[in-house]
Amino acid sequence: MLRLERRAESSQLMSYVSPLLAIILMLIGGLILFSALGKDPIEGFRIFFISPLSDIYGVSELFLKATPLMLVAVGLAVGFRANVWNIGAEGQYIMGGVAASAVALYFYESEGPHILFLMVVAGSIGGMMWATIPAFLKTRFNTNEILVSLMLVYVAQLMVSWLVHGPMMDPDGFNFPQSRMFEDSALLPMLIEGTRLNAAFLFALSALVVGYIFMYRSFFGFQMQVAGFAKNAARYAGFSAKRMVWIGLLTGGGMAGLAGMTEVAGPMGQITEHVSNNYGFAGIIVAFVARLNPIGIFFASLLMALLYLGGEQAQQYMNLPSSISNVFQGMLLMFLLGSDVFINYRLKWKKG
Amino acid sequence: MNIDIIESMLFATIVAGTPLIIVALGQLIAEKSGVLNLGAEGMMAMGAIAGFAVTFHTGNPWLGVLAGMAAGALMSLLFAVVVLTLMGNQVATGLALSIFGVGLSAFVGKPYESEILETVATLRIPLLADIPIIGGPLFNQQPLVYLSWAIFGGIAWFLYKSRPGLLLRAVGESPSSAHSIGFHVIRMRYMATLFGGAMAGIGGSFLSVFYTPLWVEGMVAGRGWIAIALVVFATWRPFRVMVGAYLFGGVMVAQLFVQGSGLDINIPSQFLSSLPYLATIIVLVIISRDQNTVRLNAPVSLGQPFRPDA
Repeated sequence: MLRLERRAESSQLMSYVSPLLAIILMLIGGLILFSALGKDPIEGFRIFFISPLSDIYGVSELFLKATPLMLVAVGLAVGFRANVWNIGAEGQYIMGGVAASAVALYFYESEGPHILFLMVVAGSIGGMMWATIPAFLKTRFNTNEILVSLMLVYVAQLMVSWLVHGPMMDPDGFNFPQSRMFEDSALLPMLIEGTRLNAAFLFALSALVVGYIFMYRSFFGFQMQVAGFAKNAARYAGFSAKRMVWIGLLTGGGMAGLAGMTEVAGPMGQITEHVSNNYGFAGIIVAFVARLNPIGIFFASLLMALLYLGGEQAQQYMNLPSSISNVFQGMLLMFLLGSDVFINYRLKWKKG
Repeated sequence: MNIDIIESMLFATIVAGTPLIIVALGQLIAEKSGVLNLGAEGMMAMGAIAGFAVTFHTGNPWLGVLAGMAAGALMSLLFAVVVLTLMGNQVATGLALSIFGVGLSAFVGKPYESEILETVATLRIPLLADIPIIGGPLFNQQPLVYLSWAIFGGIAWFLYKSRPGLLLRAVGESPSSAHSIGFHVIRMRYMATLFGGAMAGIGGSFLSVFYTPLWVEGMVAGRGWIAIALVVFATWRPFRVMVGAYLFGGVMVAQLFVQGSGLDINIPSQFLSSLPYLATIIVLVIISRDQNTVRLNAPVSLGQPFRPDA
């Protein structure tokens, strides 16, 4: 019988192999899923994973989709390292998008670089404000941040729905639940002519660098790491647990809010009820798959973005619902968490 | 407000609270054994679509409930393998299960989106149903309402009066001592987790087969998470789960009644719809304000992996 046996020490190698194993398992799961639906699995595989990347435009779309994921994931990783479980990035993302849109609409028909600057500030603050609620309740009343931040996702969704049906609705929009299209002064500049890839990608890259320095080179990043590994050790060393909750949640919220801003000031160019596209939840998966490491987040975001694009392609060419992206994302994380057992254990054949 | 409105509000409150009771009691059992499964939302979604599809094709709502139960159990099996056998992080795995389940349900549910099921008739209990005001809401109800009471009774008896229930609690409080006196910790946790999944599946199928009765993507709308919050709110006690579930049912129903009443009050519907989520936050704050209540009542090993040979 096969049995798991504890390794003498954690396997460094397996911690890199297990994400790859998870990807392979996810692909196998996808093949099974396609076959079960009576679709040609090879064709499905081609449409899902190859065709989105067949030209420069496709690749630029990949980076565009990966941008909010990188921002969300790097912010969340800061908190997750200290076991601060902010599961509500989706709501913080929406509120960031809302705050940035408010600025854009306030300055409608005016010019100047201050508009974009204020949108960036408003987006981050909007996300942070939303994260303040679970942070305050956690530090003041010890209320579970998972459930609070998650409940606030639903509240944020309802709030944006109200806004685009009411105060933010386009006055000339025939009552469609969406805002005006933003003017050029409220849109992020494009990086490559003829694509939709915009300056937000540079934000994301700098966020990864700053995140890396914070997590691996700063004393506070070290404290959070210690708190994540050994809560009591951190307490004896006098690291403030409350401060970690605040930093973890506010960083996650601020980055998610910024990501929301890049979406309304980027590919959307307005705010609608569908501002989020599940990026807040996908960002959690990215953070885990990347092992909370900014370099890993770069690659995991690209992978997750590919799953989004593949889902869109499958919707277009195979007539499959776009929720297939979420199916793949969920599978990927499940398989990864399962494969991680091999970091500390190995399979051993035992009789009996 | 006349008697009829009170009666129909009571009726609707009990109906709205029922899936929460079933799901939360299932989670309670899993948590008592030390397993925190945050995948309830995904398991409910799968239960809802499985129940809907089977009822749609067979015309039999009870087969639908069974299918929902099986779907929920299957989802929780996936979870159990990852966290119990492979010792994955319970928080992250549960979250993955939620994302996966909600996505998969939307995916397989696409063809059913414009279908509607026949409404299942209520089951009238003679005599009792004739009691004024409360008779109708309590005793002329959806069959699953009675089932939720039976589940409550069964679980209360199991946990506090039966030997296996005692063992289950022992496993949750101190898995290593339970193991050292010869009990199979992992096996018990598997069973408790599967039970939780099956209950979540039933709760989901109640929504799509009896409550609405139709299938819409995202129809579970956070009820799985609210059920998890309910268990904390109830400090892991079955009776309080039931009270809490009806309380939430009341909040959900009240906003519908206000919206449907035609009263000229100037509150956007979205604000009313967000009340159940805000109420969840408020009760969590109230209950966790006193840290000792939670610490005393929470199963000690909740969320911790256990490995016999470690």
